[in-house]
Amino acid sequence: MTGTPTDLLLEPLAEDAWLLRFGNSIDTAVNARVHAAAALIGSQLPDVECVPAYASLLLRFDPTAWLDDDATTGHRLREAIAAALKSTPASTIMPREVILPVCYDGADLHEVAALAHLSADEVVARHTGASYRVAMLGFAPGFPYLLGLDAALATPRRSQPRMSVPAGSVAIGGLQTGIYPQALPGGWQLIGRTPARLFDLSAASPSLLQPGDHVRFQAIDERAYQRLASGNGVAS
Amino acid sequence: MSIEVIKPGLLSSLQDAGRRGYASLGLGRAGVMDEPAWRLANALVGNHADEAALEITLAGPTLQFTRDAVIALTGGIIEARANGQTLPPWTRCFLPAGTQLRLGGMRHGCRSYLAVRGGFDVEPVLGSRSTDLHAHVGPLDGRALQAGDTIAVGTRAPDDCFRAGHGVQALRWGLDPQPWLDYAGAPFGLLRGHHYDALDEASQRSLFVQRFTVSKDSNRTGSRMDGQALQLARPLELVSEATLPGTLQLPPSGQPILLLAEAPVTGGYPRIGQLATVDLPRLAQRRPGDTVCFREITMDEALQRLRTRNDTLRHLLQRIAQRLEPA
Repeated sequence: MTGTPTDLLLEPLAEDAWLLRFGNSIDTAVNARVHAAAALIGSQLPDVECVPAYASLLLRFDPTAWLDDDATTGHRLREAIAAALKSTPASTIMPREVILPVCYDGADLHEVAALAHLSADEVVARHTGASYRVAMLGFAPGFPYLLGLDAALATPRRSQPRMSVPAGSVAIGGLQTGIYPQALPGGWQLIGRTPARLFDLSAASPSLLQPGDHVRFQAIDERAYQRLASGNGVAS
Repeated sequence: MSIEVIKPGLLSSLQDAGRRGYASLGLGRAGVMDEPAWRLANALVGNHADEAALEITLAGPTLQFTRDAVIALTGGIIEARANGQTLPPWTRCFLPAGTQLRLGGMRHGCRSYLAVRGGFDVEPVLGSRSTDLHAHVGPLDGRALQAGDTIAVGTRAPDDCFRAGHGVQALRWGLDPQPWLDYAGAPFGLLRGHHYDALDEASQRSLFVQRFTVSKDSNRTGSRMDGQALQLARPLELVSEATLPGTLQLPPSGQPILLLAEAPVTGGYPRIGQLATVDLPRLAQRRPGDTVCFREITMDEALQRLRTRNDTLRHLLQRIAQRLEPA
């Protein structure tokens, strides 16, 4: 990303938080810029916390550490962010690819198939055929919003959200697909379930997925699900 | 030494400054709702600045102390009786071993902080002793207190302020809850949010004129503001983006929600405002049924007020330390 400090789309949210905006849509290219910016700012300004979303990046900082001469927070931080965005990445981090096994027997699989005019098997083939990117984690700890769903599978949210969606449910909401890390209320359409533990406080890194990771789904049957569910849940 | 929970109260949970650095994994900060009150409670008992305290909502717990303990209660003014004796708020108190502390209703405010000398000795989870009730992360597996819980208390040097064998005692002086606990109900400073301009004209005016009522559906995640519904001039198609404590969201009902300590890290509702950080603790002390009104504030003014507040708090904390912990 190039540009002088003045043309950064920086929106002050609060005294200690700005939003760096890259667009207003759910778009792979825009999201890639969000993650590139997060990596650059994260490496150059370690005291600034970066929280990537689809098309924007939250920057959280200590306002008193960034005071300008006039005792407001603004110009100096803006310059530092612009400089960080123009810097060369310290190292090129290869995105991780995580393969998640899924037993495709979700309660809404047939409804998704009917709305897409596809068979259930074709839905599974299309869902496992795509490569996804973790656009952001939100809603609940470890809940990945995944970009890359086959447009034919886009399905509106349920008109009546469920009070509780089981942990591990793989679901579709509009053009998004995601996984419920724990039992949560939710309105997305359930197509399957993964034995993978998406958020585990006993793990060295509590979230299985990190923003920017690549994800592929692999169809498994009930027996494989049960076997993996008794282990750590991830196919090796 | 430990504390046994006889009755949990309405909602009591262990909290510190919150969990930082995990928002990109979808985990917010949680932490205390009224930070100055929490810091002053710790200062009054001579604790390290970041010890966890018990955050008590509206109606307090009954607690049994197995050993001598030194406590302070700040924030909302709560009825407190120890072995039948009334404890004064906002000061340092001594409870002899075996004391049963019965905390009742709150006369002013919505949240009280109970700090105990030595701090609550619970393992930090991801760097914090805060309870995230929504994500189930933190002490007690991320839940509120229950009857039968036993919570360990850390050790700290003996307290020179009190003489053992004299029963329940309190210092002869305490802190003035004002300006920390706001009785008057001055308007809350609100920055315009990104989607303020998308409100229709009447709603833009109404936001800074009308009085909202804090709904009974409010919790640590957010305060629902009941009032004359606010409306967008036209529908907005939004992509989820970051939210923060203090963010004023407008769901389709037209009744805004002011996000608080357990704000989700992202959200897809229009953001029509952002509460000045300095007013977050004041809002946390508003209880269901209380009214709230907003006044527009600029970022410069919000920063100025925050710096002034932080300076005042820092000086007060220093003076408390000098007075209570002679070298």
